[in-house]
Amino acid sequence: MFAQLQLVPKDIPIPLPLPEGVLITLLVVSFLLHILFVNLMLGGSILTLWFEIKGLKNKRYDKLAYQIAQTITVNKSLAVVLGVAPLLTINVLYTIYFYSANALTGKYWIMLVPLVALVFLLLYAHKYTWKILEINKSLHISIIALAVVSFLFIPFIFLANVNLMLFPEKWNEIHGFFSSLSLPNVLPRYFHFIVASLAITGLFMFYYISRKTYEFETHLGVFKKAELQKMFYSLAFGATTSQFIFGSLVFLTLPSKGIDWDLFWMISIGISFAIPAMIFMWKEITGPNEKMGRHFIKVVSLLTITIVFMGTGRHLYRANALEPHQKLMAERTAKHQELVKQATLEAKMGLSAQAILPPGETLFKQYCTVCHKISERLVGPPVTEMIEVYASDFSGFKKWVRTPGRKRMDYPAMTGFPQLTDQELVDLGGYIFEQ
Amino acid sequence: MDFPLFHLDFMGNRMLVAVIAILHVLINHAIAVGFIPVVTLMEYLGYKSEKFEPEKSAYWDKFSHNLLFVSFVITTTVGALTGVGIWFAASLVNPASIASLIRVFYMAWFTEWVIFVSEVGMIMLYFLTWKRSQKSRKAKRQHIIFGAALSIFSWLTMAIIVAILGFMMDPGNWNADNTFWSGVLNPLYMPQLVFRTGLAMMMGGVFALFLSSFFIKKDNPIKVPATRTISLWTLFWTPIALLGAFIYYLKIPTFMMGNLPVALGTQEYQEWYGSLKYIIIGGVGLAVLVSLLLLWKPKTFPKGWLWIPLVMLFGFLGTFERIREFIRKPYVIADYMYANGLLKEDYPLYKRDGILPHSSFTSTPKVTERNKLEAGQNVFLIACTRCHTTQGINSIVTNFEKMYGENKPLNVDAMKAYVQGMHNVKSYMPPFPGNEAELDALVAYVKSLQDYPTKLEGAQINGTAVNPYNIKLLHQE
Repeated sequence: MFAQLQLVPKDIPIPLPLPEGVLITLLVVSFLLHILFVNLMLGGSILTLWFEIKGLKNKRYDKLAYQIAQTITVNKSLAVVLGVAPLLTINVLYTIYFYSANALTGKYWIMLVPLVALVFLLLYAHKYTWKILEINKSLHISIIALAVVSFLFIPFIFLANVNLMLFPEKWNEIHGFFSSLSLPNVLPRYFHFIVASLAITGLFMFYYISRKTYEFETHLGVFKKAELQKMFYSLAFGATTSQFIFGSLVFLTLPSKGIDWDLFWMISIGISFAIPAMIFMWKEITGPNEKMGRHFIKVVSLLTITIVFMGTGRHLYRANALEPHQKLMAERTAKHQELVKQATLEAKMGLSAQAILPPGETLFKQYCTVCHKISERLVGPPVTEMIEVYASDFSGFKKWVRTPGRKRMDYPAMTGFPQLTDQELVDLGGYIFEQ
Repeated sequence: MDFPLFHLDFMGNRMLVAVIAILHVLINHAIAVGFIPVVTLMEYLGYKSEKFEPEKSAYWDKFSHNLLFVSFVITTTVGALTGVGIWFAASLVNPASIASLIRVFYMAWFTEWVIFVSEVGMIMLYFLTWKRSQKSRKAKRQHIIFGAALSIFSWLTMAIIVAILGFMMDPGNWNADNTFWSGVLNPLYMPQLVFRTGLAMMMGGVFALFLSSFFIKKDNPIKVPATRTISLWTLFWTPIALLGAFIYYLKIPTFMMGNLPVALGTQEYQEWYGSLKYIIIGGVGLAVLVSLLLLWKPKTFPKGWLWIPLVMLFGFLGTFERIREFIRKPYVIADYMYANGLLKEDYPLYKRDGILPHSSFTSTPKVTERNKLEAGQNVFLIACTRCHTTQGINSIVTNFEKMYGENKPLNVDAMKAYVQGMHNVKSYMPPFPGNEAELDALVAYVKSLQDYPTKLEGAQINGTAVNPYNIKLLHQE
């Protein structure tokens, strides 16, 4: 399609509630907070499943799985409530784009509600039946497995939407959710996200078991602390390393319309903070057990900086990709409002120029023609029948029009018009009985 | 118009919002707002009884913890998701409306969100620190204070949302002063809030009574005092719920007049209004009756029947929500946006040129003889499908057949006359937005639906056509 002819919907003609910059900051920050807990919820569920299966052969992993499971239900609640702020903000900033993508993937978009509620119930069922289902491990593992499978599917729905919203030029080619997955970039982004969940959960679990207040001996005495610490560090390290592949894949498959040098530098700076973080992690993994955790704060701070740059880059791409279209939309919206003014004025002038009908006829046209014709039945009986009944009974006519009842069972009941004044009824009656 | 149109041709779009919203409101009222105070009260009674009847204290504590467990599991799963789900459903069903509301109410919703986050954080802390609170009396006291604070937060989230709901129905104030406060100050806000507070507390009490039949066995020493206390709680809030409902009931007609200058008192509305009275009396009356019986004979009351007042109160609230929905029509935002998502001020333009040329998502920008039925379907999609279906709930064909007689072929001229004047006669209908050619196409399409019933799928299945905009035109003038 040539640029001259483009899909340009009109925007909502209400100004943004806050300055755009404030909303963008809120969007980026609240989204990162939301996705952090989503990562922990997903990563925690995967690890729980993994270790519970491993625990079938080696009992002590069952204990570890139980400890990880304790974190999921809290993280999942935070993931949901923290998701509301970015949802509201993206609705305000990218109304047309986001809602259009929602509608085009509507069946699956709305399925999110029951699906996520169900998975959350499964997580509770899994957590609170750990002791009861000790004797039926296969059922217990099936519960968390079902939750994990659903959790692995759900990101596709969100990704389909945040991806589709960037490409108004593709909207007429999409037929439902699955076809929206075929747009470039959805799959690489998916793997980027899953791997990030594992990395972040690895770091989180390291922190969780290393806290001073955590009673490690009571809960996980069957392990050596350093053994688990190294395992979680290794998970974070391995996942972060593979992000060099998945991240590059995301960047390479991005359609070029949102890429510019700002984005390139934003992401490059983000990566440059991840490299020292990985060196510190490596040092910890290969270092002595008794000094474990000495670089943890550095690792987390450096990776936080990376994530902030990546999150900002993510927004930058969206802003770049949509900016030309938003400009067109603003112009069209303004143009539309001019047209509305013009048409309103014309309509007013047209009204005054119209031939003025007698008041009775005007009232009849306004209220009665919807259901009554002169000589045959439409919805209600014809005017000729009204004349038969009411021509000599004006007060009966008045009463009926204001508060009608139902005389004939094969007709629908009539609507009352109590707002008509006495004078209006005289005019209306005059018109009807003259027919 | 400016969004691809999601459409559910069997259940209807309104039903989707209604199911999610009513489920959410029920959970919010009966299992959060009105319920957490009961949990805290039971916990407090356990704390107090430690001094006088120490043998009962543990039972109180166990009972209140069980109650909280139910609330915790339901509110943080189905409750939270249906809350977000209202946004999801509204964004599909009427994106223009929810988008406008979010822009105006962003700060209110943001505040609401902050309180909501605190509320969820608090319910988790309240639940997860229960064991720790049993260690000392001081810890228990703090835990109970925490429960009271949680009760207040739950109520606050409700109080803010009611303002937004009130705003949607508020006539007049939108154009002059479209702020959060005009919502709070609208005449239905206080009665609604009082009514909802009282009703939520009653529902919380009745729900706790219902659960007590599972959690308190026959030989439990707190059976009598717990049943009596919760019954008293329910009775205590009854006059407040009734007072709110009564003022609300009196205010509706004046409110209708503001909203509907053309016609007031249509039969449909009269029926609603009349039924409200009986449902109030039925729902509240039964809850009162059961509470009194429980006060009188807490041991012999058949526990198996306790779900009945619960269902009645649910029904009462459901009807109330439907009436609230009903009185805002034909608008979705009073005096600003019609239920079809089109702006009132845009009507003269659409009347002049038609809606199709100004629609961004349509396959027929102009009605011609060749595309008449397709154009009619597009007009139907834009102007009617937010509330009507082809053959499902609130079917356009069935509605016309009801008017003109079942099993009779529909007449296009009659339908045309009706659509042109329907807003004068049926006050809940918005005026038809398009021009004459589009009206012809629409009635031809409806007629064809009667002859050859076909389902109409929305953008979620069919995808969407686009009506490209000629950008050069922007700069010509």
